Amino acid sequence: MHEMSIAESVLQIIEDTARAEGCARVKAVWLEIGQLAGVEKESLRFCFDVVTRDSVAEDARLEIIETAGQGWCMECSRNVAVSARYEPCPICGSFQIEVTGGDEMRVKELEVE
Amino acid sequence: MCMTCGCGIGQTLIGGHALARQRKPGEEMRYRAHEEGAVRAPPHDHTLPHSPAHEAIDFGAGPAGTHAPGMSQSRMVKIERDILSKNNDYADQNRSYFSEHGIFALNLVSSPGSGKTTLLVKTITALNGTQSLAVIEGDQQTDNDAARIRAAGAPALQINTGKGCHLDAHMVGQAMQRLALNDDSLLLIENVGNLVCPAGFDLGEAHKVVIFSVTEGEDKPLKYPDMFRAADLMLLSKCDLLPHLDFDADLAVANARRVNPGIRVIRVSASSGEGLSEWQEWIKAGCNTAVAAKQRTLRERVPGNIPAN
Repeated sequence: MHEMSIAESVLQIIEDTARAEGCARVKAVWLEIGQLAGVEKESLRFCFDVVTRDSVAEDARLEIIETAGQGWCMECSRNVAVSARYEPCPICGSFQIEVTGGDEMRVKELEVE
Repeated sequence: MCMTCGCGIGQTLIGGHALARQRKPGEEMRYRAHEEGAVRAPPHDHTLPHSPAHEAIDFGAGPAGTHAPGMSQSRMVKIERDILSKNNDYADQNRSYFSEHGIFALNLVSSPGSGKTTLLVKTITALNGTQSLAVIEGDQQTDNDAARIRAAGAPALQINTGKGCHLDAHMVGQAMQRLALNDDSLLLIENVGNLVCPAGFDLGEAHKVVIFSVTEGEDKPLKYPDMFRAADLMLLSKCDLLPHLDFDADLAVANARRVNPGIRVIRVSASSGEGLSEWQEWIKAGCNTAVAAKQRTLRERVPGNIPAN
């Protein structure tokens, strides 16, 4: 989904931070992307490459940390692993699951100089 | 991915006028490179050819661990910022505007051809002037949908997203200013027909409403779970066609509840009028809640007033 917009938002965060930190170059970027965030990682890498051209983050290395999906099963009353939104509870088979984690998208840190 | 579907904001138009933005048309692939004040990379040699495919393969191929602090002049900066934070900031601004003015805003999402605009026209006709309302229409191109809404008697503004595949909160904020929304009104935002991208972009609306027509497949909620997950209400549309189709409406609803146990469902038909009164009741209840919340906030702001419960 919308990887180009996401890459552009990542670049904005990088540029804001680079300006605030007064650094000339960003060498690496760590993103935390949840398994349920709906982001295609390879597509995001491609878009990141395109949008960072001629920016402070040109040729920066992109590291993607994937976080696992988590949910609360209303039948079992406990936390369960969720690998996709339409999957049943691995314990009881119910679909009454509230996703509680693994849908985040964040820029965690930058390596700058 | 969006390079294929054309995601991007390079050609966005609101009511035929260019969107105020940081990038010039025709510069989609050179992001703010020549903007004044932008942080620029220092001049350096390009040792790699600039073929996107080539770079995509080479990206991240460097030796691991070279980023360790203290190894060079480089240092680590922790930021921990949400990637969609900019959109969410705009969405929060829209949301607080809505709440201050008692506006009930809905973000209508679906695949193309589900009957969103027809349903809107019917809804506007059915409300028949009893509810002040305005419509923001999102499409890649043409003013056709806004023209249909205006013909039904409601003010409408068209946002053309150009290559973009979704509306974002910034576009909607600008469209709101041009529409000059009434207090205590209903704002219907018809998103670009797309079951993928609009799921991730908060526009500041009270609810996303997903429209799912019976001429689609029952498993659509499973194929596009993010959207059905993000919506609070599902309108199962074109229900007058059910006798002519093999579509299993109960299975479709069960699939939607598989991805979103709490989703509310109303079966509607713009042709027969089925379910439209229930849909209108739902809208009116939302409008009343928005107005009541505004009045409560205003009372609390008056010095010396005791907040009412």
